[in-house]
Amino acid sequence: MANFYTDNEALKHYLSHPMMEKIVALKERDFADAEKYDYAPQDYADAQDSYDKVLEIVGEICGDIVAENAEDVDHTGPRVENNRVIYAEGTQRNLDACRKAGLMGMAMPRRLGGLNFPITPYIMAADIVSRADAGFENLWGLQDCAETIYEFADEEQKQKYIPRVCAGETMSMDLTEPDAGSDLQSVMLKASQKEDGSWVLNGVKRFITNGDADIHLVLARSEEGTKDGRGLSMFIYDKRNGGVNVRRIENKMGIKGSPTCELTYKDAPAELVGTRRMGLIKYVMALMNGARLGIAAQSVGLSEAAYREALSYAKERQQFGKAIIEFPAVAEILSVMKAKLDASRTLLYACSRFVDMYKVYDDIAKERKLELAEKKEAKEYSKLADAFTPLAKGMTSEFCNQNAYDAIQIHGGSGFMKDYACERIYRDARITSIYEGTTQLQVVAAIRHVTTGTYANWINEQLAVECKPELQDVKETLTFMAQQYANAVEAVTGVNDTNFVDFMARRLVEMAGYTVMGLLLLEDANRNDSFEKSLRVFVKLGQAEVAKHADFIGNFRPEQIENYLYKA
Amino acid sequence: MSLNIIVLAKQVPDTRNVGKDAMKEDGTINRAVLPAIFNPEDLNALEQALKLKEMYPGSKVTILTMGPARAAEIVREGLYRGADGGIVLSDRAFAGSDTLATSYALSAAVRKIGKYDLIIGGRQAIDGDTAQVGPQIAEKLGLPQVTYAEDIIEVKDGKAIVKRRIESGVETVSAPLPLVVTVNGSADACRPRNAKNVQKYKYAAVPSEVAADDKKKAFIEARPYLEIGEWSAQDVNADLAQCGLSGSPTKVKQIENVVFTAKDARRVENNDEELETLIKELIANHTIG
Repeated sequence: MANFYTDNEALKHYLSHPMMEKIVALKERDFADAEKYDYAPQDYADAQDSYDKVLEIVGEICGDIVAENAEDVDHTGPRVENNRVIYAEGTQRNLDACRKAGLMGMAMPRRLGGLNFPITPYIMAADIVSRADAGFENLWGLQDCAETIYEFADEEQKQKYIPRVCAGETMSMDLTEPDAGSDLQSVMLKASQKEDGSWVLNGVKRFITNGDADIHLVLARSEEGTKDGRGLSMFIYDKRNGGVNVRRIENKMGIKGSPTCELTYKDAPAELVGTRRMGLIKYVMALMNGARLGIAAQSVGLSEAAYREALSYAKERQQFGKAIIEFPAVAEILSVMKAKLDASRTLLYACSRFVDMYKVYDDIAKERKLELAEKKEAKEYSKLADAFTPLAKGMTSEFCNQNAYDAIQIHGGSGFMKDYACERIYRDARITSIYEGTTQLQVVAAIRHVTTGTYANWINEQLAVECKPELQDVKETLTFMAQQYANAVEAVTGVNDTNFVDFMARRLVEMAGYTVMGLLLLEDANRNDSFEKSLRVFVKLGQAEVAKHADFIGNFRPEQIENYLYKA
Repeated sequence: MSLNIIVLAKQVPDTRNVGKDAMKEDGTINRAVLPAIFNPEDLNALEQALKLKEMYPGSKVTILTMGPARAAEIVREGLYRGADGGIVLSDRAFAGSDTLATSYALSAAVRKIGKYDLIIGGRQAIDGDTAQVGPQIAEKLGLPQVTYAEDIIEVKDGKAIVKRRIESGVETVSAPLPLVVTVNGSADACRPRNAKNVQKYKYAAVPSEVAADDKKKAFIEARPYLEIGEWSAQDVNADLAQCGLSGSPTKVKQIENVVFTAKDARRVENNDEELETLIKELIANHTIG
């Protein structure tokens, strides 16, 4: 009888963020659907009420079904029989519940069978699902792929595939190959066009999450003789046509309920999506950005689960005649966990709002020409989404790993046993900082916005916003952090050596991350007192981390980089 | 083939986690601290109805509940999960009904609905635990009944094939339509609320819920699917003498919070002799009588 939405006040806080009113009005085209669909909202309050009620369903299913099945799914996992994946029984039950509840294709427009939810409430659902079972989020969250079809496929393909996703068919994105991991330009899977113009795929893919999905998005080499990203196109493979088999599934450390497949394509019929050669450079980039936001949500959900497990154990466990939570050493771990959790979540939803804003303008631009002011706004939010997505993915996934580590620490020896959920959370968390681009690759994406000043500009705008007098001291600390960050950026870019920038990039991105997250928590605390504790704990931590990096950068002579480099 | 299915559902106080303050001093339920919920086994019954609706497209599921206007929440919960409509049987004349008066009123409402192949309810409600209303309705309507059902497997040739949970295992029976079925808690759990249905039906209401709000009233009038039926005793042609307190021979003498302490069970064979001995024993030690 648990509800993972209603028991988490923070979610409502972000759902009712002031920016949501504009996002919803744009997304609903001033509520034009109300006349056409009996489940479309009449106005903003009605829309908010609907998000709230639907998230309540998500919370109930996650609390009562998905979380209850998580342990069993982790133990049994999926299996392969006759080249097909068979999910664990609990996974199947989770999927059935989500289908019956109509929680697939949530962000798709109504005309294609979706709920037309903005990204923000959809990401909230992902946050909730991940708290219940991060492995299941991988299956449920792959509905993201429908977004790529919606954005880039032609109308016929949209009509053909998106309603099926909304009705509950699952998806996969088939990108990685044995020799093309982080470096997707090396993808080899061959797409050949037959005389009648249709396409077939041949080759192998590896590490494909939910690789036996009903509908696949596949990155393949359509231009013979090419070697780089410009020879790759995006295809849809429909399982109903056959031609793709599951050779094996990986035996993984965590997220064991989610089948990670090796696939063989043998003359598998496929449909080209959009324009040839745009597969990697445009479509996969968009797909990956959506997926990265999903991993940030997964990380936040895992952080939430880790914190709750640790908190309840610390209240329960008695040592030396009292609950261990009363010892400062334990209490500090817990408050830092909570601060990292809250900081992660506020960054996640800030990023979701930016993504919402630019995506909704992109969509409107298909219907009519945008006004000049709208165009400008769309561009600004697109840039912010581009800057905040790798920051969110990088920071939240690292924090969720730290929180998972600390959750075990709070449990002591018991946490090392298989008896407690913290052990599963620890294993599940580990992948978040690896897939959909490692933290190191998030830094590569984020560093541009360090050097071009996207973060610095946003930070300065936020610092200009008034805050409650009782939070003024925190704001001063944040101002100081921002200054240290600016100095460090200047020091590093001043050396004028890209190698040196690369070497320092992670430190700079983290400095930006701590400052940005602190400022977002300040905004939260301004609006809602319950965030003040986390704000203060997090800014204290951020101040120390920023100072540490400032110190490292300030005392580093460029030639010292030699001590760190290797040759293969 | 399509079926007309009536689901009997009751709004009950959630007695599953009863605290100290669940009962008032006078022995009545303290509704203020116990949230009103969909009776759990009625949800199992609803799932059976919705499953049949999927198996036999075109079938119609109607929720029938008796209670004050706020019991419309039960019909809304049914609509969220896939029911097609619902009726709240609501009248001061029904207040204080025991199982006999309740089944009288509900059977009058079923008669008024008129078209039905299956009437499905939960085995019992968690507030009274009597398990009598379903069977009494069958008797009053002169219909066959299948109790302790776990799965209505299929309906064909005018008969329903039902798996029922009995003491020593399960048995599968066939019974002619129209039929009353009461469903056990061991049946499949009810499906979750559906996101589209929740958005579609969240403003559904019985007329008296929106009587004072012209805006809501107009909103519902423009969308007939949002109107939940609200029937009075007169609407179902009920004889007032058989309704409510006057129609209820049951008198509550005393209610107490019982903590089960006995550990041993005794088995009584199903024959007149043993049953008579048991009844005499129970009268002698004042358990009944």
